[in-house]
Parts: sequence; structure tokens; C-alpha cells
Amino acid sequence: MFDIGRDRDYFGDSSDSDINNARVFEKVARKSYLPTNALLLELLNEHPDFKVSFSITGIFLDQAEEYSPETIESFKKLVDTGRVEILAETYHHSLAFLYSQKEFEEQIRLHADKVKEHFGVTPEVFRNTEFIYNNDIAHAAERMGYRGVLTEGADHILGDRSPNFMYRPQGTKNISLLLKNYKLSDDIAFRFSQREWSEYPLTADKFGSWVNNVNGSGEIVNLFMDYETFGEHQWEDTGIFEFLKAFPSAIYKHPDNNFVTPSEAIDRYLPREEIDIPEYISWADVERDLSAWLHNDMQQDAIKSLYEIEDDVKLSGDQELLSDWRKLTTSDHFYYMCTKWWNDGDVHKYFSPYESPYEAFIAFMNVLHDLKLRI
Amino acid sequence: MPQKPLKVLMFGWEFPPHNSGGLGTACLGLTRALSDSSRGIELTFVLPKKQETVKMDTSFVFADSYPVTMKVRLVDSILSPYLNTESYKDYYHLLSSGEKSFYGNTLFEEVEQYAKRAGVIAEEEEFDVIHAHDWLAFGAGVRAKEISGKPLVVQVHATEFDRTGGNGVHGHVFEIEKRGMAAADKVISVSGLTKNIIKEKYGIVDEKIEVVHNGNDMRDRDSYAKKTISSLQIFKDKGKDVVLFVGRITLQKGLEYFLYAAKTVLEYRPNTVFIVAGSGDMAEQMMRLTAKLGISKSVLFTGFLRGKELDEVYDIADLFIMPSVSEPFGLTALEAIDRDTPVILSNQSGVSEVVKNALRVDFWDSDAMADKIISVLSHPSLAGELEKNALKELPQISWASAADKCSLIYRALASHRVPTMK
Repeated sequence: MFDIGRDRDYFGDSSDSDINNARVFEKVARKSYLPTNALLLELLNEHPDFKVSFSITGIFLDQAEEYSPETIESFKKLVDTGRVEILAETYHHSLAFLYSQKEFEEQIRLHADKVKEHFGVTPEVFRNTEFIYNNDIAHAAERMGYRGVLTEGADHILGDRSPNFMYRPQGTKNISLLLKNYKLSDDIAFRFSQREWSEYPLTADKFGSWVNNVNGSGEIVNLFMDYETFGEHQWEDTGIFEFLKAFPSAIYKHPDNNFVTPSEAIDRYLPREEIDIPEYISWADVERDLSAWLHNDMQQDAIKSLYEIEDDVKLSGDQELLSDWRKLTTSDHFYYMCTKWWNDGDVHKYFSPYESPYEAFIAFMNVLHDLKLRI
Repeated sequence: MPQKPLKVLMFGWEFPPHNSGGLGTACLGLTRALSDSSRGIELTFVLPKKQETVKMDTSFVFADSYPVTMKVRLVDSILSPYLNTESYKDYYHLLSSGEKSFYGNTLFEEVEQYAKRAGVIAEEEEFDVIHAHDWLAFGAGVRAKEISGKPLVVQVHATEFDRTGGNGVHGHVFEIEKRGMAAADKVISVSGLTKNIIKEKYGIVDEKIEVVHNGNDMRDRDSYAKKTISSLQIFKDKGKDVVLFVGRITLQKGLEYFLYAAKTVLEYRPNTVFIVAGSGDMAEQMMRLTAKLGISKSVLFTGFLRGKELDEVYDIADLFIMPSVSEPFGLTALEAIDRDTPVILSNQSGVSEVVKNALRVDFWDSDAMADKIISVLSHPSLAGELEKNALKELPQISWASAADKCSLIYRALASHRVPTMK
């Protein structure tokens, strides 16, 4: 499964100039989305059983419409094969669940509409922004009729359990939980081009044998990563496209293996046991918690100030205002304000268009201030 | 086995408490850290004139107690390490023609005299390495090297280009700086910014220059846990926000950009007070500008402050601004951070290379400066994070680590036979 639309620095909105966004989007489309989609289409044609899933935010689609319509076309071609599933999520890649149940549900609906409009399908499996998850999120997703939910297979919630089975979220009846195998996912997403890694260089065959090793001790391997892994985080010259090209064949070398979409996995595998996750987890940083977005006083101040005006913005009936307000709900704004520089800082810095978390905060608060004046 | 003590003969120009700026503070911080007994360095610090110094383990030598053959002229000193061409010219104009011939070369004569005395000192003292601070002491360092053949380190705290903003560089000062750097076996630069100037303007090769950032001796938070209570408290009692500038009022320090920013800030936050702590040749000009901008009642010129008074303004301030046009380092920023004050730093400053948790701005961009000032004053969460996170960085930006780097440089030089200058 591949992730897309975790926009980070690529698609910052109100704070960056449109020209800048366009340039970044076009660059990433050229380096990553277009060549990867072309390759995936080739693989889907070549292997009748190959499957892929995408998590594409609404704001990604908005920007693609504006800056790179051919990117949307290329995704359509993939979805039209019938073997590509689109996941549900918040339209604005937001942290709405933590601050407003109402806004959370509205954004999921807006996203579903957008996906339907472009691809003619309705998502059935939910993943929350940045894999943020706890029992309550599973309950909310179940109430909204979703059949499954995805999150990080974080060590501290798994204990001695394996991420390679289907689970049942605590207190639910009709929803399954899929856990990302972060080790195998990160082998591709992070370690692929690291020369100091003992497994470097990673070939598709080697990776295929690792996946195959799960047979006997697991039923599914959920690989989930930034779409930009292909061609942007890992540049073309690292050999990432050759890896992807050889990937399905390498998996098929082991006759027991096949590809499934999340919905098919839910149909095929029964939950092994109930899993209780009361505290929030995510896939970010070493902590795998919310601290990348909500750790310091600036982040808290900014997000509280934002949701404080939700009702007033909605009551104003001003659709443009609401649309701008929603753009500010994107989690990336809060990620840029993160001050955990000393450890994970480099990753934050890489993804941030701002000079510092302080500049990010100032830009955000200035826009918010402007927004308040429009109510 | 303990290392053999290494003897360093260091030439400075000023030393606290009789310092007019950062050079003296830097010399104090560095020598105190170098004199730490665990380092195995014996330091002799030479000053041109007899003065009282703050108490420390370093031994001091005062060059004026050494007889030299040169005729000594006793003049009221207008000399400071920060003499620049502008202020010099201003002063010079006021003089009578007779005085002009008398004063014309005074500073250079003093510098030359210091160098000659340094030669005598170098004959008498025993040492392994010479270290000279800034151009006023470079001549002394070079002379000591000529006499002794010992390796010379010159440390550049500021260049003539910083002091003048590049306009009206004094040719003779430039020559002395250039000669000192050329004669030295190593040039220590207080920042990467200064290193670039040394390379570009003085033609010194990259390999010869080492960056040793200045440091800060953090205050003892246990014994001085309480903040100072100041007469300035009245501003806080009246609910005013206080924005602080500390520095000499010279072209180099960029006060005018601070004042332009103040004008904008006051339009949005009229309840703000701007304190200018410092004196200098542009003070009058800046007061006139303040009046012209119509913000005189919100700008307080305190004159030069030190010690407790300086602590008080740091404590009262909600925000410290360093708008320098060209700031080789900028120790006051570290002092402000140490007193729990968030800082906005000019991109054209050395200190911004080492402090990550600060807001940055180009000195000329008064609008951006105003925007950031307003943001910090409007959002306690921003001010709090800046303050807290910058303070966490401070222990790493220490005189001890500067002294460690200097020790390495000394030992490397002392272990090689350095050829005597031609």
C-alpha cells in the first residue's frame, strides 16, 4: 500500500506564494508521481493479481487540479483497473478528531465526495492523518460505517504481538484494524539508499524473501509509505524505480504470496484478537505519539486559537472563509512549529518550508489573525 | 601523565571593568576559561596601561611599566578599540590646527608604543605561544614574535570593515590588521561571518583561519535566582512591553533600523517602550532620528550600562533585538538569553550561527523586524518557547569550549617548530 498526499512542505497553502506551490508540485509530479504511476500501470497490466492502495488527501487533489491535471489523470487510469483502492481520510489532512468531532466527520465526508467525483469510487477503509489512532477513532470510524482502519504497528502497543495479522479494535464489532509493518516499510522508505546500512543495497529479491519469511507467523504484511519515497525522498539514481519494477515478481517468486487491497484483506482474514489502544499513537518521530504536532506551547496556542473560531467561521456562512479556515487545519502547519530539534529535528527541518518553528508559528498566527478579521 | 604546562603570552587592549564593549568581555571570558588549572595553561595577559582588573588567576602585565625609548605623550585619551573613522573625523574637526598635528597620530602612536614595549616584554617573559586580540594588539604580537621566534595567534574580534560598515575603511588600520594576520601562524575568527571577511578582504587562506565562537559564562541561577528589581519596573507596572537594544551607538550596530521598526510597532502596539542601552558616536544623530519619527516618548536612551544596571534592563525586557549591520559575534545576545529574554538577531551576526532558537532578520528589513517584534509581544507562547529553548542551548555555547579550541591550536603550534618571521 502506498501513501500519498501527506503534503508537508510540498503543498503549504496560505503561507507560501502560489507560484512556489506550483513549482514544488510540478517538480514532485515530474520526479515522483508521474513516473511512479506510469510504472504502476505497467505492473498492473503485467501482473493480473497485483494490487495497490492510495491514501490521497483532498488538498492534494485540489493542488493537482490546479498545478498538474495530468497527475490526476494518471491516478484515474490506475483506479480504473479495478485493482487500486482509495482510502478514506480527512480532506485537509487535519488533526480535527482531537479538537472537533463535527469538523472531523465533515472533512471525511468532503473527502469521500471528492474521491467519488474524481475516481467514481467510495472509500470503505479509513486511515487518520499521520496514522494518529486510538480506540475512540476506531469507534468513530465504525459509527461512520467504515469496515477497517489503518494505523502504525508501533512496538509499544504491539508488545509481543505481530503487526502481520488482522486485529479488532477494542469495543468494536464491525471494524477491523490493519497495522503497518514499520520495519519492512521503512526498509524501503528510509533505509533503501543508506550506504551504511548493513543490508545495502536492497534488491527486490532480498526484500521479497523477507516478506516471505512472514509466512507461517503472519497473514498480511502492510507496507505503507510516503508516495514521494519513489523518486523524491529516494531519487531515481538510487535505483528505487528498478526496485519497484522488480517488486511484484520478487513477491510472486514465493507461490504462497499474493497482493490484496485493505478491503480484500478485511474480507479474507478474521481479526486475531481485540487490541486495546487507549492512548494516541501515530507514525511520526521516534516517540510515535502526537508530540510532532502538539508538543510545545506554540503548537497548543495555535491549534486552540484555530478551533476556537470554528463555530464563528461556520456561522458566518462565508464559504471562502470556511475554505481558508480549513486550509489552516492541515496538520503540517503544526508540524513545522515543532521544536524537538535535537533528535528528530532534522526530519522536521527537511519537510519545513520555514526557517524555524518560530517563523512557522508567526506565519500561521498572522494568517489566523487575518482570518478572524474576516468573520 | 599530565601535560607540560604551556605558557601563553597574550596581548589585549582593554579588560573589565574598564572595557568599552565586547572585546574586554571576550578577553575576560576566554582567559578565565583558559586559566582553569585542568587545562595546563599558564597565561600572562598584557595590557597597554596599568589598570585594575577583575579578580582572577591570570597574571597581568602592564606594558606602560616597561620603559621604552620612545617619547611618551600624555594625552587625554579619546582612544577606544571602537574608534572609527566617522567618530574620529567628528572629533578631529573640533580640534585646532595645533591640536590636529598633536592628535593626528595619537592612536597609532600608542599602538606603536605598545608594540615596542611588547618587544621588551617578550625578551623578559618565558612563553611558548603568543596570542594577540584585535588590531590594537596585533603590532605587539608581531613584535613579540619577531623577538622570540615563538608562534603567533591573532584573534579577530572585529575588522575595520565591520566597524565602518565598509564605508570609509581606514587604510592604516586595515594595513595593521592585514600585517598582523599575515604574520600570524593562525588567525582565530569569532565567527564564520568574520572568517569570510578575513578571506575576502585580507586575502588570508582558508586553512590558516580557525573559527572559535565566543561563549558565555552562565549566571549562577541558585544564588541569583531572583531577578533584579529595577526602577524600570514602573514600565511593567504600567503594563508596557519593553523591547531592548544593547550596544554601542555606531554605524555597525544598526540602531537606526531598530528605530524604524519601533515606529511601525508603535502603530500597532502603542503600549511598547524601546530601551536603547549604549553610547557612541551616532547617539545624537539617533536621538534626532527618534524625534523625527515622532516616537521620542516611547524610546528611552539610557547611555552605557554595565553590571547590575545592565542586568536590570535585560530582566525588564520582553525582547532583545540585535539589528547589527555587521556583527562579528554579538555577546550581548548571549547575555540576554542568559537573563531569560527572547532574542531577534540580525542575519549579519556571528552569534546567529550558534544560537538556533532565535528569530532572524536581515538588518535592513525593518518591516520584517517589526512583524517579528509584534509577534513575540502578542504571543506569550512564542516568547516562552524562544526563551526556554535558547536557554537550553546556552551551556554548549561556553567559554570553556572556546578555550578548548584555543588550547588545541596552541598545542599544535607549540609542537611544531615555527620558522621565525623574515
